[in-house]
Amino acid sequence: MSLSQVKVIIHFLAMLPALWLLWQGWLFYDFQDNALTANPIKYIHHFTGNSAIRFVLIGLAITPGRKIFGWNKLIKFRRMMGLYAFFYAMLHFINFIVLDYFFDWATITQEIIKRPAITTGMIAAVILLLLAITSTRGWVRRMGKGWIRLHRLAYVIGLFVVTHNLVMVKADLLVPMIHTIIFALLIGYRLAAWASFFYNRKRKNA
Amino acid sequence: MLFKFLISSDVKSSEITPERIYHNRREFIQAGVGFGAVAALGFNIPQAGAETTALKNIIRDGIYDTEEKMTSLRVVSSYNNFYEFGTEKDDPFRNAHSLRPRPWTVKVDGHVENPGNYDLDDLISPHALQERIYRMRCVEAWSMVIPWVGIPLAEIINKLGPTSKAKYIRFETLYDKKQMPGQYRRVIPWPYVEGLRMDEAMNPLTLMAVGLYGETLPNQNGAPLRLVVPWKYGFKGIKSIVRISFVERMPRNSWKIIAPREYGFYANVNPDVDHLRWTQASERRIGEFRRRKTLMFNGYAEEVAHLYSGMNLKKNF
Repeated sequence: MSLSQVKVIIHFLAMLPALWLLWQGWLFYDFQDNALTANPIKYIHHFTGNSAIRFVLIGLAITPGRKIFGWNKLIKFRRMMGLYAFFYAMLHFINFIVLDYFFDWATITQEIIKRPAITTGMIAAVILLLLAITSTRGWVRRMGKGWIRLHRLAYVIGLFVVTHNLVMVKADLLVPMIHTIIFALLIGYRLAAWASFFYNRKRKNA
Repeated sequence: MLFKFLISSDVKSSEITPERIYHNRREFIQAGVGFGAVAALGFNIPQAGAETTALKNIIRDGIYDTEEKMTSLRVVSSYNNFYEFGTEKDDPFRNAHSLRPRPWTVKVDGHVENPGNYDLDDLISPHALQERIYRMRCVEAWSMVIPWVGIPLAEIINKLGPTSKAKYIRFETLYDKKQMPGQYRRVIPWPYVEGLRMDEAMNPLTLMAVGLYGETLPNQNGAPLRLVVPWKYGFKGIKSIVRISFVERMPRNSWKIIAPREYGFYANVNPDVDHLRWTQASERRIGEFRRRKTLMFNGYAEEVAHLYSGMNLKKNF
């Protein structure tokens, strides 16, 4: 299978959550009110939020995946995963602005500023936007080494989204905990890699 | 998820309006037959709660009723916070069939003249059932309109005869992992506990509900006996009550134990006191698109505001 064929499949898989949501939306529109639950806006909110977090985590898993399994080609999918994280985060944000608060900007700004739980999500969304804009080849070329430094903010996004997830949930922390543990493992892998890198360098120099 | 489609093919939900279910029992029963037929095919499909039965001789004087459009029975019984059956909104609908609401015993203890273990019927049947169409405002900023059936808590309290030491009333939900599988996970320090100040408990609005839409309570709505306090957030409405205690000190209610900065004892609906993580100034009525303004005491200020005169409601949230 060629790389472009694989990409088509990955695109399809990454679109599945959105397609599923559209389908449920259609069922809802067709008066099957069990679709999307009795409170569709809240349901869409949780669903798009969870999807965004999972693509952030998948994006952060690319490098460890390459190193552990030796699948170097995984790097070809990293930008795509980041952009899908951005895509679902935007759906999440648009749902918040349009469906939930219907452009009630006074309340929306107040919510974003006053509630740390929402602020964390908002910061992550802004960074995601920044990284999405600078994800093109042109920007990579123009920014040079600065691009790598900027895109290390992906770790900050990870930190903010799992925090946002943990603090927004009322009592059942199971799912946010799973997200957090996965994030911790992905960061832990990098820390271990760095630590061993410096240790080895020291030994070589000695 | 399979059963969703089976239900919708039996009776298309667009054809069911609450009033028609309510006043045209035949259609409702047909929907019920649909369930039965599916179950008979041998699929492992949970029945939507257990069966409910019609309640008789309900007084409908309408004094406290809201005129607003009622939320359909289907929604009221499929979108619930009842962590004893799981933490997702549709978990109670799917899992509550394991609850056995009859026979049911309620333990009465504390500072009371007539303590003991009461059979549910002994507690309820001496009193005339009343229907109350109340707004229900969840602390999560959504709301419904529900026609409850029950008796004023005051009538039960008067019969039990609290002593002068009884300042508060404390309720406990059933703690039985076999009947309530959500309790295998310690999301809440089981059993669920709620309480009211005695004057709140005696307020004529406070209802001990045994039914809704003219039938006994579906399991997922807290069968066979639950509290309804319409001017407070929904979590005060403790479900499947097995113990009523008359106590001297303010009971420690479950959500306050879990997150004391976010949930108080009083939990009065108040648009001016925000939840730590979201505004309480507005809410979404289930079935509506735009948010609506939340009313002080959920619109029941006339009946209950006097209970809190002189109290700082920002502090005593």
